[in-house]
Amino acid sequence: MATNKKDNMFKKFLDSFKIPFIAILLGFLIGAVFIIATGNSPFVAYGALLNGSLGSLPKIGETLLKSTPLIFTGLAVAFAFKTDMFNIGAEGQYLVGAITTVAAAYVFRGLDSYLLIPLTLIAGMLGGAFWASIAGILKAKLGVHEVIVTIMLNYVGLNLSNYLVRLVLNPAVINGTEAKAHTILIPEAARLTKLKTIIPAFDYSSVNTSIIIAIVCAIIAYFILYKTTLGYEIRAVGHSPLAAEYGGISVSKNMILSMAISGAFAGLAGYAQVAGLVYKVDQVASSPGYGFTGIAVALVGKEHPIGVIASGILFGILANGERHMQIEGIPKEVVGIIQGVIILFIAGDQIVKYLINRKNSKKEEVA
Amino acid sequence: MLLVIAIIAATLRLATPLIFASLGGVFSERSGVVNIALEGIMINGAFFSILATEFTDIPFIGVIAAMISGILTSLILAYFAIHLKANQVVVGTAINLLAASFTAYLLELIWHRSGQTNPVKHAIKAHPIPFIENIPILGDLTSQLTVFVYLAFIAVIISYYVLYKTPFGLRVRSVGEHPRAADTVGINVYKIRYKCVMISGALAGLAGATLSLGTVRLFKEGMTAGKGFIALAAVIFGKWHPIGAMLACLFFGFTEALKIQSSAIGLGFLPSELLNAIPYIATILALAGFVGKAVGPAASGESYEKGDK
Repeated sequence: MATNKKDNMFKKFLDSFKIPFIAILLGFLIGAVFIIATGNSPFVAYGALLNGSLGSLPKIGETLLKSTPLIFTGLAVAFAFKTDMFNIGAEGQYLVGAITTVAAAYVFRGLDSYLLIPLTLIAGMLGGAFWASIAGILKAKLGVHEVIVTIMLNYVGLNLSNYLVRLVLNPAVINGTEAKAHTILIPEAARLTKLKTIIPAFDYSSVNTSIIIAIVCAIIAYFILYKTTLGYEIRAVGHSPLAAEYGGISVSKNMILSMAISGAFAGLAGYAQVAGLVYKVDQVASSPGYGFTGIAVALVGKEHPIGVIASGILFGILANGERHMQIEGIPKEVVGIIQGVIILFIAGDQIVKYLINRKNSKKEEVA
Repeated sequence: MLLVIAIIAATLRLATPLIFASLGGVFSERSGVVNIALEGIMINGAFFSILATEFTDIPFIGVIAAMISGILTSLILAYFAIHLKANQVVVGTAINLLAASFTAYLLELIWHRSGQTNPVKHAIKAHPIPFIENIPILGDLTSQLTVFVYLAFIAVIISYYVLYKTPFGLRVRSVGEHPRAADTVGINVYKIRYKCVMISGALAGLAGATLSLGTVRLFKEGMTAGKGFIALAAVIFGKWHPIGAMLACLFFGFTEALKIQSSAIGLGFLPSELLNAIPYIATILALAGFVGKAVGPAASGESYEKGDK
C-alpha cells in the first residue's frame, strides 16, 4: 500500500513535468529547423551549445553565473503566480534592486564585509519589494490590473535608474572626477566571493556566491509557500479570493505581501548582478530581459520554487550556449526563438496535451 | 515660430506609429483579447516593410508586407488565446520574444550582418502638398509630414465609425463586455475576436512600417524600443476609445518632442529621464483613477469557452 502511494506521487511528479518537457523538445525541434535554414547541422549547433555550457567546470561555472539572475526572476514570477497575480515587472524590480544596492554600498561604504554584505543585500531586496508593492497596493486597494501597472513600472524603473546613474551616483557627482555612463564602483567589502577562490577548478569563470543565495532563496520560497500560515493564506487567495475572504483571510493584505515578496526576489537578481559580477550599474537604453525570461523560467518550473532552480539552470545553459553556437557560425538568435517557442507551447498546453493523447491512443491501438 | 512648427511636426511624427498601434490595441481589447504583443508585431512590421522594399524597390509593397506580417503574427496570438485559451499575457510575451529574435535571425540570414540593414533606396518621404505648400505656416508644417501621418488620423476616424456606428462594432463591444450574452443572441464570439486580433495585427504592422520605412529607411534591431508598450499605455489612458487613444498618443508624442527640443525651449533643466517616464506614470495615474476612471472592457483578458456555465 505504502509503496503504491509513493509510486503514485512519483508518477504525479513526472506527469506534472510532461508538458514542460515536451515544450522544451518542441522548442529544440523548431530551433533545429532554423539552424538547418542557415545551412548548418543542428547536431553541430546543439553539440556546441551543450559542450559550451557544460563541457568543463569553468564552462559550468559560466552557465551557473548566467542562471543566477534567472532563478531569482523565475522565483519572483512563480511566487506572484501563487496568488494568481502576474508579475510582468521583474524587469523593473531588477533595475531598482540593482540601483538601491549601489546606493546602500555607497552610504555604508566604511563598514566591514560582514555588515556591508547583509546591508546591501537587504537594500537590493527592499528596492525590488518596494517597486513591486506599488503594483500590489494598486491592485489590492483600487482593483487596478497588475499586468499593466508592472509593465509601466518597468519603464519608470528604467528611467529612474538611468537618472540616478547619470546625476546622483555618478563618479562625477560623488568624486568630482570624469562623468561616466555608469555609477561609482561598490567597495571591495561589498563584493561577493568568486567561487574560483574557494574551488580553483572554476578557473576563469566568474560564478560567485550569489548562486548559493539564489538556491537558498528558492528553498525559503518553498518553505514560505508550503510550510507557513502566510504561504497557506497566499495560496488560498490564489485559489479563490472569495472563499479566502469568507474564511477570514485578508485578500488585500496577502496580495500586497505576495507582490512585495515577489519583487524582493527580483530585486535580489539586481543585487546579485551588482555585488557578484559588475560592481556598478550602467546607463542602459533597454532592460536586460531577465524579467521576461523569468516568466519562461517560472512556467517551465511549473511555478514551483524547486522546479524554478532546474529551469533556471536550463535557461542558463541556453544563455551561455548561444555564444558557443555563434562561434560555429549559427546566429545566436536561434536561442531566443527556442525560448519563445517553449513559452508559447507551455501557455498553449492544449496542443501538447493533444500530442500526448494522440501518442497514447496510438499505443492503445497497437496493443 | 519655427520652433513651434518643429515641435508640432515632431509631435505628429512621433505620435503616428503610436496611433496605429494603439488603434490596434483598441480593437483587440474591445473584443476581449489583451494584446501585449503589439511590440513584437511592430518589430516584425518594421522588418518586413524594409525587406519587401529592398527586393521590390516599391515602398508601397513594403507597407503591404508590413501589414501582412502583422496579420500573420497576430494569428499566433489569436490561435493560442482564442482557440487554445492560453493565458493571453504569456502568449503576448512569447510573441515579443519570438519577433525580436526572429527578425534579428533573418537579418543575419539575408543581409549577413547583425545590428541593422542598409537604408533602402526608396522610402516613404515627406512631400510638400500642392496648394497647401504656399500657405505660410501650414505649408512649412505639412512639408515635414509623411503620408503615414494623414493616414493615422484617417484610421482614427474609420476606427471610431466602425466601432460605434456599425453593427460589427456593436458586436465587437458586446463580445468584449459580455461574451456569454453575445453568444446567446447568436454572435460568433470566436469569429469576432479573430477578426479584431487580425485588425490589430494589420495596424501594429503598419505602425512598424511607419517606424522603419517612414523615418530612418532602415531596420535596426530593437528599433521599436518599447513603443508597443507605450501604445498599450495609450489604449488605457485613452479609455479604450479610438479618439481617446489618439489624444493619448498625441500627448505622448508631445512629451517626446519636448525632450528633443528641451534645450531650445529652456526646459534643459528637466532630466530627459523624467520626460521619458511621463507616458508610463500618466498611465498608472489614469489606472489608479486620478485622471478620471479608466475601466476596460469587462471580458478583456478572459478566454471564452462556448457552452461554459
